[in-house]
Amino acid sequence: MSELLQFLLSGVTVGAVYALVALGFTIIYNASDVVNFAQGEFVMLGGMITVMAYTAGAPLPLAALAAVLATAALGVAMNKLAIEPARGAPVVSLVIITIGASIFIRGAAQLVFGKQIHTFPAFSGDDPIRILGATILPQSLWVIAGSVAVFVGLWLFFTRTLLGRAVLATSNNRLAAQLVGINTPFVMTLSFAMSAGIGALAGVLVTPITMTSYDVGLAFALKGFAAAMLGGMGNPKGALVGGFLLGVLEGLTAGYISSQYKDAAAFIVILAVLFFLPQGLFGRKSTDRV
Amino acid sequence: MRLTPKSATLLALVVLIALAPVFFPSGFYYRVGALIFVNALAVTGIVILTGWAGQISLGHAGFAGIGAYACALAPVHWGIHPALAVLLGAAVSAVLAWLVGRPILRLKGYYLAVASLGMGILISMVLNNERELTRGPDGIEVPELGLRAVLKDAGLDLSNGQFWYFFCGIVLILGAWLALNLRDSATGRALRALHGSEVAARTVGMDVAKLKLQAFVISAVYASVSGSLLALQNKFITPDVAGFMHSVEMVTMAVLGGVGSVAGAIFGAAVLTLLPQVLTVFAEYEQLVLGLVMVLVMIFLREGVVPSILRKIRGSGE
Repeated sequence: MSELLQFLLSGVTVGAVYALVALGFTIIYNASDVVNFAQGEFVMLGGMITVMAYTAGAPLPLAALAAVLATAALGVAMNKLAIEPARGAPVVSLVIITIGASIFIRGAAQLVFGKQIHTFPAFSGDDPIRILGATILPQSLWVIAGSVAVFVGLWLFFTRTLLGRAVLATSNNRLAAQLVGINTPFVMTLSFAMSAGIGALAGVLVTPITMTSYDVGLAFALKGFAAAMLGGMGNPKGALVGGFLLGVLEGLTAGYISSQYKDAAAFIVILAVLFFLPQGLFGRKSTDRV
Repeated sequence: MRLTPKSATLLALVVLIALAPVFFPSGFYYRVGALIFVNALAVTGIVILTGWAGQISLGHAGFAGIGAYACALAPVHWGIHPALAVLLGAAVSAVLAWLVGRPILRLKGYYLAVASLGMGILISMVLNNERELTRGPDGIEVPELGLRAVLKDAGLDLSNGQFWYFFCGIVLILGAWLALNLRDSATGRALRALHGSEVAARTVGMDVAKLKLQAFVISAVYASVSGSLLALQNKFITPDVAGFMHSVEMVTMAVLGGVGSVAGAIFGAAVLTLLPQVLTVFAEYEQLVLGLVMVLVMIFLREGVVPSILRKIRGSGE
């Protein structure tokens, strides 16, 4: 029993990170129909910039804030320099642009930060908390709380603020949104900033547990993408649930089947979802007008 | 006599492959040439899938991995001749592509990209983890094809580099010829029609899902054979051949050259195979440059380098 609980707890912790990455995917996907493969690099940058600022002497909260803001700025730059000039290009081109951008960011990170593995201290110490015979790190609680807080924040933003509704309107119908006076380019900018900032936050929260290096982004992108697919692409609630489900599945696979194949869980999920449930758990059935 | 674009492409390819060695300063260039041909073969498959059928695959390296490890494992474990192992790998790839593609390609949209991504990563994970069979990330030796010895007995003595240069070159010419024939066949026309408008294609009675599936299976065979050739000429293979980055490279080569044309595919393969050789001096910057090239080409030369240039030439001639 305590063994099962332990696997569940570690699954929920990684699941929270996947949920954050999946939320980032969802925001950009909704605003622009672009699947942003560079999402994982935002996670890497969040961790790396915090490490850099912290070792330079900044207090940890300030370093974390700087990392989130700097990554958000980078997300905006990516939108302005790479996505916006290619507006109207076929989906293949946009996918390749985001993959190209992710390789570029990884290459740049390797030059700036080097190839070593980095970390910084956990926010509230390293003494594990005991729950019913299982243990959880205080940092895991930070990660879980972080992803739930981001989700609630996004929900309030999208339902209670005018700006949030403008974003939703744009994702529904770009042209119609433009016609009623919504500044759609600004909505795109905002979406990239939020998405990158959330990715960076995931990196800040998880780095004390998993550590970070210049090449961790790809794995986060693929897992977060799987989570978003599982929940139903474009649905924030789906992203949250998909992330946690995927994490738990991975935790159980690692515990009971094989830790070597724990990463396989995500990709078997992708295939199973596509075979049996192409709209994901929370996706709507799409209909097309010809 | 006016050449059709098909014979023009093939003729240019034959002349290029036959004459390029005249300008090689050293034997090393045979090896680079052979690598270009191997990549170009896989990219020709991507042209069929992406350029004509309009589907993206982000897991084609998985098929290359199957082709490569078929040549490494089948001769040792089942005593199958390496040449037959190439066919075995192609058959396994085709069946797998059919199994994965059949349910996915009934869906509209870009689900194949996602499904193939998952499939490719699973394949590379198996190759990395099943150490008893594949020896894991360190790689495994691949048996000798034996054709070079046969040619030597027949009086044609080629160096290893020369043999693989011409052998891969001939396979590439064959692959390009088959692809160009397919393009002009009823199936090829139907594929390009559905790329133009799936709805219109369905309205005139085309089985859209079946056509896309055919394209996916054919392109998987191209990738598999390319993986086999890579394994056989290196006589050694690691799971990197099936890695995600290799899949991305294939798509990038196709898109860089021009995803709608076989000539463009070969050009893209040549540029991106040469780039790392040139950049070894700047190995640190390789990823940076590769990423930048991908983004810039997609923004400024959307159709790819070769079609964009051809359009310029034709445009100014008029």
